[in-house]
Amino acid sequence: MEILMCVAVGILFAVAVFLILSRSLLRIVLGMSILTHGVHLLLITMSRLKTGAPPLLGEQAESYVDPLPQALILTSIVINFGLTAFFFVLSYRSYLKLKTDDMEEVRGRPYE
Amino acid sequence: MNNLVVLPILLPLITGVIAILFFRKVSIQRFVSVVGLLLTAAASTVLIVQVAQSGIQTLNMGGWTPPYGIVLVADMVSALLVVAASIIALACLLYAFRSVNKEREEHHFYPFFHFLIAGVNGSFLTGDIFNLFVSFELMLISSYALIVLGGTERQLQETIKYVLINIVSSALFVASIGFLYSITGTLNMADLSVRIAEIGQSGVVTLIAVLFLIVFSIKAGLFLFFWLSGSYAAPPAVVTALFAGLLTKVGLYAIVRTFTLIFYHDPDFFHALIGWMAGATMILGVIGAISYRDVNKILIYNVIAGVGFVAFGMASASRTALEGLLFYMLHDMLIKTLLFLLGGALIAVAGTSKLDNMGGLIKRYPMLGWMFFISALALAGIPPFSGFPGKLLLFEGGLQTGLYGLTGIAVLSSLLMLYSVLRIFIQAFWGEPPAGVVRRPYPVNGLLIPAGILFIFIIVMGVGAEGMFQLTSRAGDILLHPNLYIDAVLKE
Repeated sequence: MEILMCVAVGILFAVAVFLILSRSLLRIVLGMSILTHGVHLLLITMSRLKTGAPPLLGEQAESYVDPLPQALILTSIVINFGLTAFFFVLSYRSYLKLKTDDMEEVRGRPYE
Repeated sequence: MNNLVVLPILLPLITGVIAILFFRKVSIQRFVSVVGLLLTAAASTVLIVQVAQSGIQTLNMGGWTPPYGIVLVADMVSALLVVAASIIALACLLYAFRSVNKEREEHHFYPFFHFLIAGVNGSFLTGDIFNLFVSFELMLISSYALIVLGGTERQLQETIKYVLINIVSSALFVASIGFLYSITGTLNMADLSVRIAEIGQSGVVTLIAVLFLIVFSIKAGLFLFFWLSGSYAAPPAVVTALFAGLLTKVGLYAIVRTFTLIFYHDPDFFHALIGWMAGATMILGVIGAISYRDVNKILIYNVIAGVGFVAFGMASASRTALEGLLFYMLHDMLIKTLLFLLGGALIAVAGTSKLDNMGGLIKRYPMLGWMFFISALALAGIPPFSGFPGKLLLFEGGLQTGLYGLTGIAVLSSLLMLYSVLRIFIQAFWGEPPAGVVRRPYPVNGLLIPAGILFIFIIVMGVGAEGMFQLTSRAGDILLHPNLYIDAVLKE
């Protein structure tokens, strides 16, 4: 199971890198979003995907899954959610101001 | 257990929240900010006295013993850095009163400022690797807001790059934490160090350590500094000064902490790697510094070269070098902020950042001129000032460990750093004012008083190096013997 997940994470990372290296700003934001998905899947995979009850003591099970990575991912998800929202608004503002979403054009533009 | 350890993080957070409430009333925001920062500075001073008297202070959050809970640790290294951060924050805040326009002040400049300080202090004081990530993010998100606040075209362009590079490096950081957790099963730094020592330096550990090095190098601008020169030139001078003093140093602190506490089992490989990166950073930094004719760019490339010096201390990692590293890092934080504050004042009085359009300013602004001159000498490491003792120890440590080439590069780049900054001085202050430009006198004293705070520390640190050295040598102890840290955190 871990191997399958690792391959999936690898594919997500590859897609993310490809998108981040493209010219359109929106594709870059999407790439960043996919990268964080990959990272979160990686975190859950790295804690071993053994079978067990959800980490709720009410389940009264023999064994539970590791609760720590879930807390880490939850933290990381909200941080990245905030970042993505900020990045989207930033892209919108820069589109309004610079009138382009092509990063090559943005780079070639002289200041002021 | 010492509740004081949390105050340098908690006080800026509370101050920031209160400042949000009064977002239309700038005078109240300013008052609250000054009071909050003074309390923070007082708390960190008391903290460093306690650390000096009774050793490493720890605080188990929520009463959970480590490694199960989050622990905050104030040893001599972090306590010194927190004090330096408070001083820098205070100087920048007073400078901001005079230089930031009302529109920015009304749009939450001060709350972001305080959240940035909270993130920086949190990164210095935390004893948990995931908490380090969260503190990094707190600091970075505030820095995104500060860098784009104002929304000029240039700020928008540069913020896109800055945000993207930091999101990618943060994603890598989380991935590295995942890998580290999979082999050790813990996140507490002291406990990680114990577990890694049990596992021994296998290939996987080396790989993860290199990943961490890449992540922190992007944050610190160590060799991977391609993003830094554009981003730091975009925001107002006081924001750049704050970034130059604090942000890259947090990345450096993370490198120093992880490679002296956790990944210290394979020194040959890592010290060689960091040594190469340090050499390249120093060379490329000074090349940038002497090739531009723009005040901001010259100072920014000096920041990069300074990062190389700290990494050079990591590369030799002898006792002398580690003591020198901390001394130099404190000096570097203060001097870089000071130079950007003075540079900002210089740009304000000259009305341009281009050196070719300046000249003859010493007649009208003698105070600014001589402060800039002395700061340039301190930057290069001329004896009576603060740059000298740190660099001397770094060079001595480099020679002791046989890194002759790297020490040579460091000496040479010190000279070129001096050349690059003195060129600003000569071009801007000597000679005749450029013809055809008539400028009204600028009330520069309001900007020089906050810079004066840092200026005094630059002189005191240089003259009173003996007293400072007692503190930095104890910090060197901790960097050299990770067991001191581990015992303090995991004691029962």
